[in-house]
Parts: sequence; structure tokens; C-alpha cells
Amino acid sequence: MIHITKRKELAPQQMLAIRLGAIVAALVVCGVITAMVTGLNPISVYGAMLNGAFGSQRKIWILLQETAILLCVSLALTPAFRMKFWNLGGEGQILVGGLAAAAVMLVMGGRLPNALVILLEIVAALAAGAVWALIPAVFKARWNTNETLFTLMMNYVATQLVAYYVIKWEVPKGSGKIGIINQSTEIGWLPQIAGYKYLLNIIVVALLTVGMYAYLKYSKHGYEISVVGESTNTARYVGIKVERVIIRTLVLSGAICGLAGLLLVAGTDHTITTTIAGGRGFTAVMVAWLAKFNPAVMVASSALLEFMGRGAGEISTAYGLNHSFGDILTGIILFFIIGSEFFITYKVNFQKKGGERDV
Amino acid sequence: MFSLVSFIPRAVAQSIPLLLGSTGEIVTEKSGNLNLGIPGVMYVGGICGVIGSFLYERSVGDPAQMNAFLGVAIPLTCCLLGSLLMGLLYCFLTVNLRANQNVTGLAMTTFGVGFGNFFGGSLIKLTGAEVPTISLGATSKLFRTTLPFAGSTGAFGKMFLSFGFLAYLAIAIAFAASYVLNHTRVGLQLRAVGEDPATADAAGINITRYKYVATCLGCMIAGLGGLYYVMDYANGIWSNDAFGDRGWLAIALVIFTIWRPNLAVPASILFGGLYILYLYIPTGKNLAIKELYKMLPYIVTIVVLVISSLRNKRENQPPESLGLPYFREER
Repeated sequence: MIHITKRKELAPQQMLAIRLGAIVAALVVCGVITAMVTGLNPISVYGAMLNGAFGSQRKIWILLQETAILLCVSLALTPAFRMKFWNLGGEGQILVGGLAAAAVMLVMGGRLPNALVILLEIVAALAAGAVWALIPAVFKARWNTNETLFTLMMNYVATQLVAYYVIKWEVPKGSGKIGIINQSTEIGWLPQIAGYKYLLNIIVVALLTVGMYAYLKYSKHGYEISVVGESTNTARYVGIKVERVIIRTLVLSGAICGLAGLLLVAGTDHTITTTIAGGRGFTAVMVAWLAKFNPAVMVASSALLEFMGRGAGEISTAYGLNHSFGDILTGIILFFIIGSEFFITYKVNFQKKGGERDV
Repeated sequence: MFSLVSFIPRAVAQSIPLLLGSTGEIVTEKSGNLNLGIPGVMYVGGICGVIGSFLYERSVGDPAQMNAFLGVAIPLTCCLLGSLLMGLLYCFLTVNLRANQNVTGLAMTTFGVGFGNFFGGSLIKLTGAEVPTISLGATSKLFRTTLPFAGSTGAFGKMFLSFGFLAYLAIAIAFAASYVLNHTRVGLQLRAVGEDPATADAAGINITRYKYVATCLGCMIAGLGGLYYVMDYANGIWSNDAFGDRGWLAIALVIFTIWRPNLAVPASILFGGLYILYLYIPTGKNLAIKELYKMLPYIVTIVVLVISSLRNKRENQPPESLGLPYFREER
């Protein structure tokens, strides 16, 4: 017979070994499935994936950029998750952040000096993201409204809002697209550092990672978030104003999502579409959870998921397959890692025949 | 002009995937499992049916030669099998391995939507078929076979008889689920599992079995929603991402209906109506405003969420242990 007991805290290297084991097992399964679909031998599957992620300087930059944006969203969601507030609204918060930035670029371009436009669009994007998270937060804090579905629905409201403005601002009329905003003047575009298109985003997110780590670990706010996450009753007992912590944390969470929208719209894409968030709001939930809400580990988990996505993308392009292949592989990796958590928390004991237990 | 006779059938056709999805999710949630993987399951259900019927239509060659029974049974079986596998995966991870239900559900949605779009986009290439798009006209015709008097009874026929068999099946499933949940011993025990698994366990109810059966059945019901969408609503034409966010709306409907499958029937028709209402609101040349009208179902959901949390009645609450794993030794 099998019986299951809870483990004592595992040593970090053992935890790491279990997780790495899960990732390796998942990669093997992914390789076999890819080989079955494409007819490649599994070794060249991994070769093609590595090539897709690191094959050229441009590919490396894109990988870094994508990792940075995903990491940014994951960092945004983390304080909320630590509080056990399931913010599934990252998608919508990114969209409204991007929309606000685009609006400032379009409306203020040419009327204000460039530096002021950039400043204004930063403020607008952060504020828009914050408001989008604030609305569900207020209802959660006051009336305990289900935040998972509330934030989820806010995503679609944001999508339609963007769709509305895309048609309003479309250039040329009837194209259904805005096109590159301020293409000739480059007003409102975030500056490029040393001529590298993506470097600014990467630096911003790197600083944010350090900041978030310190905020959660060393600040009073971070401590309050952990207490509220453990038990709201304990938090109330020790005099923490739970409602205020929820609202404050969600404003922060939403503002950082808005920042991700800003980086996408003003930093790299210079346009806005309804798909600009690209599912990152959801992927980031898993990135954050895989890292156990630790910002430092999130660097690795977001890089892993982006690597899988880019690698699978390369395979799909090479074999004329659909690009969603990457989602399948990501899903498989997630299943393995989710499953492996069990072996970190619990121990499986096989009972021997005579009724003796091995310990 | 607005015409109820043309509006109602379209609203109902929109509502069936939502109804199946939310019925499935209600059955699942009653066992204490919050399955956020339903959107993915619906994609998998849809594409598995498509794969089944695509292979069958190709093996027959001439659509006129198709056996009507097999033409329906093959996609139906494939759809149910695919959804069942997704349900088993979810149960294995959350029940046996006690994984976080939210994360497992989201991973299943990523996987399921990717699975659907991948096979939707690559099926032709993978099977070496020489057709431009996946268009299962013959199978779809079987699924859309209406009741015999639909054409001859005018407005009444159009409003109530003009749907394929899956639509009536969906409504029947919803009422059956409602009956089983509220009027049978099995339903009582299932609700006990969702409310307080420790007490149910002490009363001798097999928690693992109830969670497995409820979640897998729920997934199979939801998977039918995907099948209905592609075979009936979309006339057998699969296009990637066309199913859209209906899976999430189905989950929202669960709260809207306060966990009652019989209420899901009118509620889903209402949502179906809201989903297409923008087509009926005159806007003149202002096309952009239509995009704002498309917000309606989501805003209504939010309003309902808020109202139901404000009223806070005891019988309108979610199952007590919803979203929590059960581990006997942890009591």
C-alpha cells in the first residue's frame, strides 16, 4: 500500500533537484512529441529550439526583450498573489496602460515638448493600469466580491475599449489599424540606449526586479502583504488595515502592468492593437506561481517559458506548422512542474507486505 | 429593424456553448474543484470532434456515401474522449497531487487553446490532405438536422424547433444536472464533498471518486460546447481563435446562476443575446461604437458579481471548500 505524509522543509538543493528533474522529464516528453509530429529525430528538435532562441544576435535580443516584458507582468502580479488576491486581469491592465500611452502620444504629439510628452505618457500609463486594478480591489476590500472573475471580465472590457479607439484613430480610415504612431517625428517614443532597441526595457525591468524583491522582503508593506495573505484575521488582530493593504497593493500591481503596456507601446511597438498583451497576463500567473512568488526565481521561470515559446516557434516556422505549437509545449512543461510540487511538499511511503512501515 | 423572430434563434445558438460550459463547470464546482481549464477543455472538445470527423470524411471520400450514424457518433465520441482526458489530467494534478487549482486550470487553458489552434492550423499539413481549409460540411449538416416541423410552422418553428440535436441535448443535460444535484442521494453526497470534504469523508463518502467523476463529467459536458460551436454554429468550419472567450463567459455564468444548472438555461440565452445585441443596435456610420456595445456581457457579469456579493445570502454562496485541495491527514 502507498501512504502519503507531509515532508519537513527540504534542503534548497533537493528542491532544486526535484524541479530540475521535472523540467528535464518535461523536455524529454516535449522532444518525443515534437519528433512524432515533425518526423525529426529528437536531438535535432532540441537543436532547432536552441537555434530558435539563441540562433542569432537578433534572436537573442528578442528573447531578452520578451523575457523582460513577461517578467515585468509577473512582478506586477506577485504582490497581489502573495496576498492571495488572484489578479487574472494583467491582460486588461497592460492594455489600458498601453492605450493611455498611445492616447498621449497621439493627442499631445506636436503640442508639447517631447520630454513632457514622455513624462505625461508614463504617468498616464501607470495611472490607467492602476485604475483598472483598483476597481476590482475596492469591491474585494469592501464587499469581498470574487476578484478572480472580476479581474477576468475587466480584461474583455479593456479589449473592447482598445478596439473602440483603434477604429476611432485608425490610419488610413477603414484599415482597422492605427499603424506606427508619430512615425516621422518619433514624438513620445522612449529613447533608445546606445542604439539598442530593447535595452531600455531590459534595464527598466531589471531594476524593477531588484526593487520588487526588496519591497516584498524588507519593507513594512511587504510584511503586511504576507500577513494578509496568511490570514486576514491575524492581520486585523495585529492592527493591519486589511482593506487599505488590498487597495494599495492592487494599485501597485496594476500600475506595474500599466508600465508593461507603456514599454510595449512607447518602447518597442509604437502602435496599439487589441492583442498587444498577447496572453502575458495569464502566462505571468504561472511564471509567478512557478517561482513561488520569489522575484529572483521569476527571472529563471520567465526565461524558461519564453525559451520554450521561441524554440517551439522556430520549429513551427521550419515545418510549416501552426505557431500554437509553443503553447502545447509550454502546457506540458507546466503540467510537469505543477506535478513536481507534490514531491516537494509530500513524501510517498510504500508500505511493505508484512505491515511494517519503512521510514 | 429589430425582429424577435430572427433575434431569438441567434441568441439561442450563441447560448448553447455557454450553457454546456457552465453546466459542466457547475457540476465540477459542486465537488469543490474550481476548474479554470474549462476554456481549454472546450477547445479540445471542439478540435477532437473536428479531427475525428475530418479523418472520417476523408476516408469515405464522397460525402453522399457517409453513414449518418457514424458521421455523428465519431466526432461525438472523439470530443467526449478528448474532454475526458483533460478532466483526468486536471483531477490527477489537483486531487492526487494536490496542486493549486487556479494554476492547474490556467495551464490547462494554455494547453487546450494551443492544442486546438495547433491542430486546427496544422491538421491539413499533418494528414497531407489537399484541401484549402477544414470544412466539414457533410458532418455539420448531420449536426444541424432540425426537427421535422421547423420549416412549416412559421415563427414558432423558427424560434423553438430550428436547432440541431445538441442544443436540445444541452438543455436536457442542464435540467438533468439540476435534478441530480438537488433531488438525489448522489447529488446530496456530491454537494457534501464540495461543502465540507472532511465531514463527507467521515460519513463514508469516497471523496476522490466523487471529485474525479464530477470533474470528468463536467469536462465532457463542457467539451460538447466546443463541438456544438464548430459543428453547428460555425457550419463545420474550424477557424483558429474563433471560439474566443466563450469559455470564460461560461465560468462567469456559474456565478450569475448561483450554481444552479436550471437557471443556466435562461441565463445563457440572456448572455447569448447580449453577445450579439450589438448587431441589432442601430449605429449608423459610427462603427466604433459597436465595439463598446460588445462590452455588454462582461459588464453585466461584473454587475451581477457585485450584486451577489452585496446581497450575501447564505444559499447563494459558492461551495464552501471550492478551490481547496483535500488531504485527509491534514485535518
